This record gives sequence, C-alpha cells and structure tokens, in this order.
Amino acid sequence: MSVVNAIVQGILLGGLYALFACGLSLMFGVMRIINLAHGDIAVLGAFGVWVVTTQLGISPLVALLIALPVMLALGYGLQVTLLARSLKAGELTPLLTTFGLAIVIQNALLQIFSPDVRSLGAATGRLSIGSWRIADRLAVPYLGILVLVLAVAVLGGLQLMLARTRFGREMRATAQDPDTAGLVGVPAPAVYAQATAIAVGTATLAGVFLGIHASFAPSSGPTQLIFAFEAVVIGGLGSLWGTLVGGIVLGIAQTLGALIDPQYSILAGHIVFLVVLASPRGQLLWRRRAAGSVAA
Amino acid sequence: MTTVDTRSVTATGWTVRRSSRASRIGSLALVAIVVVLSSLPQVFGANVVQQMTTLLILVILASMWNALAGYAGLVSVGQQTFIGFGAYGTIFLTQRGVAPYLAVVLAAAASAALAAALSPLVLRLRGGQFAVGTWVVAEAIALLVVLDHGLGGGTGISLRGLNIYSPQVRRAYTFWLALAFAVVLLGLLFLLLRRRTGAALQAIRDDEEAAASLGVRTMSVKFVVFVLSGFGCGAAGALILANTLFIQTQSIFGVQWSAYMIFMVLVGGIGTFEGPIIGAVLFFAIQQQFADSGAWYLIGLGGVAIAFALFLPRGVWGLLGDRRQIRVLPVGYHLHRRPSNPAVTEEA
Repeated sequence: MSVVNAIVQGILLGGLYALFACGLSLMFGVMRIINLAHGDIAVLGAFGVWVVTTQLGISPLVALLIALPVMLALGYGLQVTLLARSLKAGELTPLLTTFGLAIVIQNALLQIFSPDVRSLGAATGRLSIGSWRIADRLAVPYLGILVLVLAVAVLGGLQLMLARTRFGREMRATAQDPDTAGLVGVPAPAVYAQATAIAVGTATLAGVFLGIHASFAPSSGPTQLIFAFEAVVIGGLGSLWGTLVGGIVLGIAQTLGALIDPQYSILAGHIVFLVVLASPRGQLLWRRRAAGSVAA
Repeated sequence: MTTVDTRSVTATGWTVRRSSRASRIGSLALVAIVVVLSSLPQVFGANVVQQMTTLLILVILASMWNALAGYAGLVSVGQQTFIGFGAYGTIFLTQRGVAPYLAVVLAAAASAALAAALSPLVLRLRGGQFAVGTWVVAEAIALLVVLDHGLGGGTGISLRGLNIYSPQVRRAYTFWLALAFAVVLLGLLFLLLRRRTGAALQAIRDDEEAAASLGVRTMSVKFVVFVLSGFGCGAAGALILANTLFIQTQSIFGVQWSAYMIFMVLVGGIGTFEGPIIGAVLFFAIQQQFADSGAWYLIGLGGVAIAFALFLPRGVWGLLGDRRQIRVLPVGYHLHRRPSNPAVTEEA
C-alpha cells in the first residue's frame, strides 16, 4: 500500500513540477532560450506573495491575485530590457545573462529576507494540511489535487491558446520564423515579451504553491530550475502535455526513491532524467535539435 | 623580397601571418613570467604562496571554461562536477595509501576519464540544454558523494598525509604543482587552438550546422575539448583541496564555481586565449577586496557579468587587443598587406 501511496503522492508532486516546467518550456519553444533564472523568479514570486500575505494578513491565494499582475509586468519588462538585448547579442548570450540574473535575484533575496526557510502553509489554513483518507495508508491531500488541477488547467489553457487563438497563431509563427512573421505584421519583440510575461506568471504560481506545499528560501531557485528542466526533457522538448507527463514521472521517481531512503529521493529523479537522456529518446532529442519544434 | 616561412603569400598582395612582433615578445614574456613565478616560494612567505596558488587555480578554471564556451560554444553550468570529482578523487586515493601529490595528478586524470564517459550523454545537448544538463550531472554526483560515509558524507573531510611536510614546504610544493598544471593545461589548449582543431572549434561555436556541412567532425572536436576541460577542472579541484586541506560537498560541488568561471571569462574576454587569464587576475583582486561583503559581493558579480555580456562582449582583453591588434600568443590568423609590392593591385 505504501508503494501505491508513494505513486499517488508522486503524481500530485508531478503537477507542481509541471507548473514549474511549463514556463521554461514555453520560453524555449518560442525564443529558443533556456531561462536559467526561471527557478529564482519563481522564488521571487513566492517572496512577493509572502510579503503581501504577512503585511495585509490575508490568505496567500488572495495575495496571489495582487502579486500575479506585478509579476506578469515584471516578466514583460524582463524581456523588453534584458532578454531582447541578449537575443540580439548572440546565441549563447541569453544563457550568460539569465545566469547572471539568477545570481542577482538569489543574493538580493538573501540580503533582504535572510537565509531563513519560510512557508506559506500556515497562512493558507486547512487547505494546506487537509486530505481525503481513502484507505488505511492512502490519503489524498486537498492541496495536491488543487495543484494538479491547476497544472492541467494552465497547460490545457496554454495549449488551447496556442492552437486556437489569434495570439497563439502569432506565437507559433514567431517561433518558427520571427523574420517572416515580422513581414506579415507580427512583431517578434511583442510576442516574445508576452511569452516571457506568461512564463514568469506561471513560475510565480508554481513558486507560491511550492511555498504552500512545503517551504522556500532565497537559495531554493536552482533546485526548482533543475526539476523543471528534468520534467521538460523527460516529457520530450516542445510538447506541453509531454511536460505534464515528464513532471509526473519525475514526481513518482522522487517519491519512490524516498520510499527506499529519503536520501535517494532527489537522486532517483536525476537518474531517471539521465536514463531518458541516454535512451533512444534522448538520441531523438539530439537529432531533432534543428527541426525547430514549436511549443504546441 | 624576403619570404618568412610563417607567412603564406597569396596572389592578392596580402599575407597571412600567424605571429607578429607583439606575439613573439608576448610569448617570451610568458616564459619569463613562468620562470619568475617558479622562484616565488623561495622569496615570499607561506601566505603569499598560498594566495598565488589560488590565483593559478583561478587561471586554470577560467581557461578551461573558456575552452568550452569561448571556442566550442558549450556553455557549461556544471564544471563543478569535475572540480568536486578531482578533490574527492584525491581524498579517495590517499585513503588507499597513494601519496597525496601523486593522488592529485591521478585524480585529475580520473576527471578526464569521467568527462570522456559523460560526453556521449551531455554532448547530445546544445545551448541551454547542455548548460542545465551538465548542472544536473554535477548535482547527481554530489548526491552520490554525500551517500558515501567513507568520504565524510555531507559534513566535509580533510586531506591527510600532507602533514609530513612543514607548512612552508607543503605550500611551495602545492604551488609548483599548480604552476606545472597551469603550464601544461594552457600549453595543451594552445596546441589545440594553434592546429586545425582551433579553426574547427570556432566554426562550431559560430554555427554548428554550417561547420558540419563543411566537413568538420563536430562531435570528435567537442569531445576533445570537453575531456581537456574535465581534466583541467579536475586538476583545479584537486589543487583546491591540496591548498586548503579541507573540502565540503556542498561548496566543492557548488554552482558558485560556474558563476566565478563565467564572471572571469566574460570580464576578461570570451573566445580569446589571453582574456581568461586577465579575468582571473581581476577576479582574484576583486575577491581579495570584497569577498567579505557577502550577498552584495555576489549581486555585484552577477550585475557586472550581465553588463559585460551585453555591452562589452569581448571583455577587457577584447578592448585592448582589438584596438592595437595585439596577440600575446599566436593562436589566430592575421591578414597583412605586403609592404613594398606596388606591382600587385587589389583585384576582386
């Protein structure tokens, strides 16, 4: 039964990882860049919500409604200022600047908030601790279900937007060929900025639910970036539903690893990632590199 | 007209030169610097020698990261894999009775072997995927080391066996070993860049598909650089241990090493042979001055790295070298108009 329980918890954890990963996947799909500050931006969002929650004494979920527009604007600004310049400077420059940004965000948070570990769980109340008891050793937490539903909603929403709306078509066109898209009246800079804003918004959601589910500190960012990246690669680059599957596989690997020994939890996730990379699927990743697959 | 064998004369009146007066003087100056440095332990005290060892380690790290990113276009955020592996490899070997300094050399070689073993996996990845992929490898190996209680678990471990030497002698030996590694590694990199592989590497960095279509065997060239970088970073890790005598898993496998390497290379000048050396010296000076400022120091490093990447992509050395066409080491090719040859006109 404990194995079944571990798998259930892994699936729910996978929802959180998919939420972390979809912004990373979107930015890679549209702009071909991997934002190395993605995890730190998520943690920044969590701190933002933490400040609002403690200052106003409201629930983190309400505080999220205040923080989210700010983070969306921040994402838009990030693209317009830093990333647009980086993209112009060369293929490798976005990696260098986003890594620099990660260090700046992480240490600025450290300077302001101290290295203490914080949680949004207590402020959320019953939602963060309650669960449905299904069997003797099998309980399904409300929060896990909420995060999984949210992840499916966000990924499904993004998928629908990319497939059906005018904005989604513009985004796919820009991803395939920004110059040609520009010729037919779709300005790449605007599309890029909107994509980055969405990515930062989903990262904020993920960061906040990480804070409610467990805890966060200024140094939490890199680990979340790595989990997000693992989810994207396990699920197959360039596919949003694949990202959800990847997140769930990663989550199950971690909870099953923890079942053997808590020390093996994260290691098990890394090993699954490396095995996928070594498998024919990883080979495919390498061969398909120039094919220019879109996020849709 | 005199024809020097290093020049190849073309029909258009331009010659391709590999070396110039500056690079000949520069090469001699580098030899002189190495000779002066090697006598350093006889002149200065143990503290200065230890600091200079740190500087040499930084030079090695910066040059090795630059070999990957500046020449092969492989931005790694995971070279701490090899730093940590070199350091813990040294511990592992000394625990089994190998003499410490021999263990340092063997651990560096083992790091090269690890790089060779990892290359089929990580060299599949490109750009950002390679960056995060190497980072995951570093995290995984760090977790494996923590699991081994013989290596001190997560609490850290000391290098034993060096206390048979007095501190002054020990630091001198460590310094000489670091100097030897720096000379060998920079020499290997120089040979690699000077030969055909140098042009192939830069072609890969600029456009991998185009390079491959022109017949560059991209995988084997990238493999050579990745193994060299693994060897160099492993040596640096082992030397860090020999220099400080104590390591902790979290710090030796920490991503901050990648941050330092990126900073040194970006500030010095990415894709140049001399830039990372300058960057290492600058970083060493900054570290001496500001390392106590904690988070502000790191915010500054990150900010400066971003500024250099965006506004001065060729770094301090690019600023100096571009204007004056100075190359201390002759790794590139330069076009010169042949003097005293008015008969040849420029024709398209």
